[in-house]
Amino acid sequence: MAPESRTVETNLSRVLSSGGFAVTGELGPPKGADPAVVRDKARLLRGSVDAVNITDNQTAVVRMSSIAAAALARDEGLEPVVQMTTRDRNRLAIQADLLGAWALGLRNVLCLTGDHQTFGNHPTAKNVWDIDSIQLVKLLAEMRDQGVFANGEALEGDPPRFFVGAVESPFADPVAYRPFRVAKKVRAGAEFLQTQCIYNMEKFREFMARLGDLGVLDKVHVMAGLSPLKGPGMAKYMRDNVPGIDMPDEVVERMTAAGAGIDDKAERQKAWRAEGIRLCVEQIQQVREIPGVAGVHVMAIEWEEAVRPIVEGAGLLPRPEPLGAAAEG
Amino acid sequence: MIVAEQKPVAKILEMAAGAQTALVLGCGTCVTVCFAGGDKEAEILASALRMKARLDGRELDAAHLTVQRQCEWEYLDTAADRIRQADVVVSLGCGVGAQAIVERFPEARMVPGLDTRFYGLPTRHGVWEERCAGCGDCVLDYTDGICPVARCSKSLLNGPCGGSHDGKCEVDDAIPCAWHEIVERLTSRGELERLAEVHEPKNWRAARDGGPGRIVREDLVRDAQDGAGT
Repeated sequence: MAPESRTVETNLSRVLSSGGFAVTGELGPPKGADPAVVRDKARLLRGSVDAVNITDNQTAVVRMSSIAAAALARDEGLEPVVQMTTRDRNRLAIQADLLGAWALGLRNVLCLTGDHQTFGNHPTAKNVWDIDSIQLVKLLAEMRDQGVFANGEALEGDPPRFFVGAVESPFADPVAYRPFRVAKKVRAGAEFLQTQCIYNMEKFREFMARLGDLGVLDKVHVMAGLSPLKGPGMAKYMRDNVPGIDMPDEVVERMTAAGAGIDDKAERQKAWRAEGIRLCVEQIQQVREIPGVAGVHVMAIEWEEAVRPIVEGAGLLPRPEPLGAAAEG
Repeated sequence: MIVAEQKPVAKILEMAAGAQTALVLGCGTCVTVCFAGGDKEAEILASALRMKARLDGRELDAAHLTVQRQCEWEYLDTAADRIRQADVVVSLGCGVGAQAIVERFPEARMVPGLDTRFYGLPTRHGVWEERCAGCGDCVLDYTDGICPVARCSKSLLNGPCGGSHDGKCEVDDAIPCAWHEIVERLTSRGELERLAEVHEPKNWRAARDGGPGRIVREDLVRDAQDGAGT
């Protein structure tokens, strides 16, 4: 059998492979079972993004299942990217859940290692990591191309042919190794790649150039991860506490300056947020100029309403007409 | 070596509730070297138990004894009488030694005085670090002598996750990132390409996931039988 990719077309894959500049968003499922929370967030994102990542127990905090929330978001007219970490499930559970995801009409999967459970709200839990994120990429690529499970056994019927994504944190240590790791993920079968939040454009340019040197840019669609800042506090927190975030001091200073002289707390917050949106718009314009960047992944954490003004401000509206629910049946 | 830590005295007393005599049984091997359960620790613990019991208004005659290795029955046999006489044996062996006592002396009441932590080594005086997870499927050739199964918080086999910073693991700054070390080492040896191919999912069956471990060396079994027959 020819080893070429047999991925079905998804809205995201179509925008990326047509050479358009793709936009994805992020939707964190609730710490509860109310579907209305997912639907409300989905409505805020609809029309502004080509697809939306549905996080999987993000930061190791228990939330509604990413697959269930993805199905709810899909019903609201969004195309989901199901995030799947290898922290909570072994290879049996991962495959079973993804067969179910496919059966529900979900077509994009993003493979992640997952944050360590000691950071979450069940720190005494046992972790799994039976496989890692790169092995998960390879598993899905083999399922797609050869119709087999991880053990080599053939699936019954048509196999899931997910559009397979991976992630990279360009500035996490060891920094020199990161482009090499991207190449490894591409070799494993990743078709698109979303990065950790970028604030240092200079260094991101170098990272992309290195990917070019390694010859992977024509094999994978790279989407720059951007996260609008809500204020200087968030900028400082990310600078000081989040591994892999390179937060230049001028960004912190710019966010601080945005609220300077404003005494009213609500007004100050409004000014910060407006600046955060402006900065994100500028960042989109900057990454668009970097060779090989195929789109942006906008992570407006618990701030979904920021996505439309950001995407609009960047001149990326309207989005291409989605394949949408009609194509999914 | 097997590295262990002593449980709090109050906890040990609580586990030994109802006993009037106790034998604190030290072990002369791994736990002696890691200062958790050797003769000195056994003596100190026995004394601490007596004092704490008295403070709690309870009588506990605690004595101590150390065998060369708790994890082999023949060494335990040297302490057979003392083990049988005590109301409770407080094992200062690792989890293997503690169970060996019960297997050899089913009538004995045993409580563990240690928490067995890991296979490791002292990196400086007073500091022990994990080095091996006993996974039964050694990958030290692939990673050039640094074990990601034991030393990466996520046991990853294909390189560092995004939580590596300044050579440390995000789980704890005191934990060096094993993958950072592997990448540095392979880079300095000009062998980073070794990591280019995807390492396949591990066979965890050789570890605890395949059920409790058991090794049978037929040649040795045969020798023993032959020996018994002559």
